[in-house]
Amino acid sequence: MTPEQLFTIGLLGAIIGLDVVSFPQAMISRPIVAATITGMVLGDAAAGLLVGATLELIALETLPVGASRYPEWGSASVVGGALFAMRPNVMPGALTMAVLGALATAWVGGWTMYVIRRFNGAIARRWIPTLGLGSGRAVIAIQTAGITADFVRGGILTLVAMLALDPLSRAMVGLWSLDARLSRAVVIAAAASVAAGATWKLFHNTPGARWYFLGGLAIGLALLMAR
Amino acid sequence: MSARAAVVDAPSLPVHTWVEIFIRQLAVQASWNYELLLGTGIGFCLEPALRHLPGGREGDAYRGAMARQSAYFNAHPYLTAVAVGSLARAELEHAPPGQIERFRTALCGPLGSVGDRLVWAGWLPFCSLLALAAFGLGAGPVAVLLIFLGLYNVGHIGLRVWGLRVGWTHGMRVAAALANPVLRHGPTYIARAAALLAGVALPLALDRIIEPGRTLLGGVLLATVGGAALLARLHGRIEGWRIALGVLAAFALYAVVAR
Repeated sequence: MTPEQLFTIGLLGAIIGLDVVSFPQAMISRPIVAATITGMVLGDAAAGLLVGATLELIALETLPVGASRYPEWGSASVVGGALFAMRPNVMPGALTMAVLGALATAWVGGWTMYVIRRFNGAIARRWIPTLGLGSGRAVIAIQTAGITADFVRGGILTLVAMLALDPLSRAMVGLWSLDARLSRAVVIAAAASVAAGATWKLFHNTPGARWYFLGGLAIGLALLMAR
Repeated sequence: MSARAAVVDAPSLPVHTWVEIFIRQLAVQASWNYELLLGTGIGFCLEPALRHLPGGREGDAYRGAMARQSAYFNAHPYLTAVAVGSLARAELEHAPPGQIERFRTALCGPLGSVGDRLVWAGWLPFCSLLALAAFGLGAGPVAVLLIFLGLYNVGHIGLRVWGLRVGWTHGMRVAAALANPVLRHGPTYIARAAALLAGVALPLALDRIIEPGRTLLGGVLLATVGGAALLARLHGRIEGWRIALGVLAAFALYAVVAR
């Protein structure tokens, strides 16, 4: 990984991390988007899309509801996309390590979002007397501080993750002893299990949803067999 | 006053003020924190409208309104547009401060629960699953991005624009607009469509990702059914992504150690 690549990935992580909560929540931070864009930037969009789709299956279960603590998929998907796009994807273990790296980053990213919320709270507390006087400047200062802190958070998280995970992933893939078929099958079984569990979690309270799911499954399997 | 009369009587704001409010809406959560939640974000979005109060930025009306509007607030971020539109109108029509504060508090619950069900548990998974289905059917990177981002943001931007408009049109009588059929029945229809899409997308996406391991597809399908049943049983106790992280970490270690 060259310094230019590292800088580009860090910048992408900062911009995409910002989309998770702060600005503009247009869902460029969804794994299927963030990892694909990262792959495009690094010259292998197809690899980015593959890891992005795998992570998207896992991210289906995350509802980014207000005060709850959840994994930060934006910067994490940039890391996953970069780890996979920088390695020939025919190498056994490359996808496993990219998904694993993204999951670990998403976990730490969730914690960094909690830290940023505490930071925003501290800033707001400092400005509360001025807010009480109706200062528009105070409101703008608080919003600007929050958005800047979140941008820096995403950038640092991505840089640190890449610096730690790129050499680790390279070493692990080099030592990988299992064949590509099994390696890929384990990743997809884990991701698909989470996705199917998430589907149940999201829709089991909706009247009739299980029949729609079964109908869709019949269509999906028929399309698969027709190939 | 009828809704029609309310439209006629609405004060007017210049287009550039609306554009500024809309852009600020996209950053309504920029300072989200555990003390005020979205409070300062609401003040931030309303600020361009409040400059039109008598005396402008230095006037007492502006300061009083900014102080009120920057206090604690919680809602779904996209549906805060409804609050911003209606609160802007209430302030510019000089509604009594106590009434505005009570109205502001009353908005939090409905705008939070409706938004969470409609967007986070409905529209977002629906668009994700559609993108996964397209991926499974062989769509390339650009097509998948266009499908997901295009469709999702038609809903996202549309909801924000609708929210500002309906809030401004109805002012403090906006509760009636929240009974809109899309908000009441939309989550159920979207959930059914998403459940159908989930059934289509999962096997197709799985087949495309597994490519070199297609001979193991039967085993993967069985493992998926077993894994999903386990996760459904553990619902609320542990999240699936944590289990996936543990399983993949153990598998990676095994793949290296078994050398």
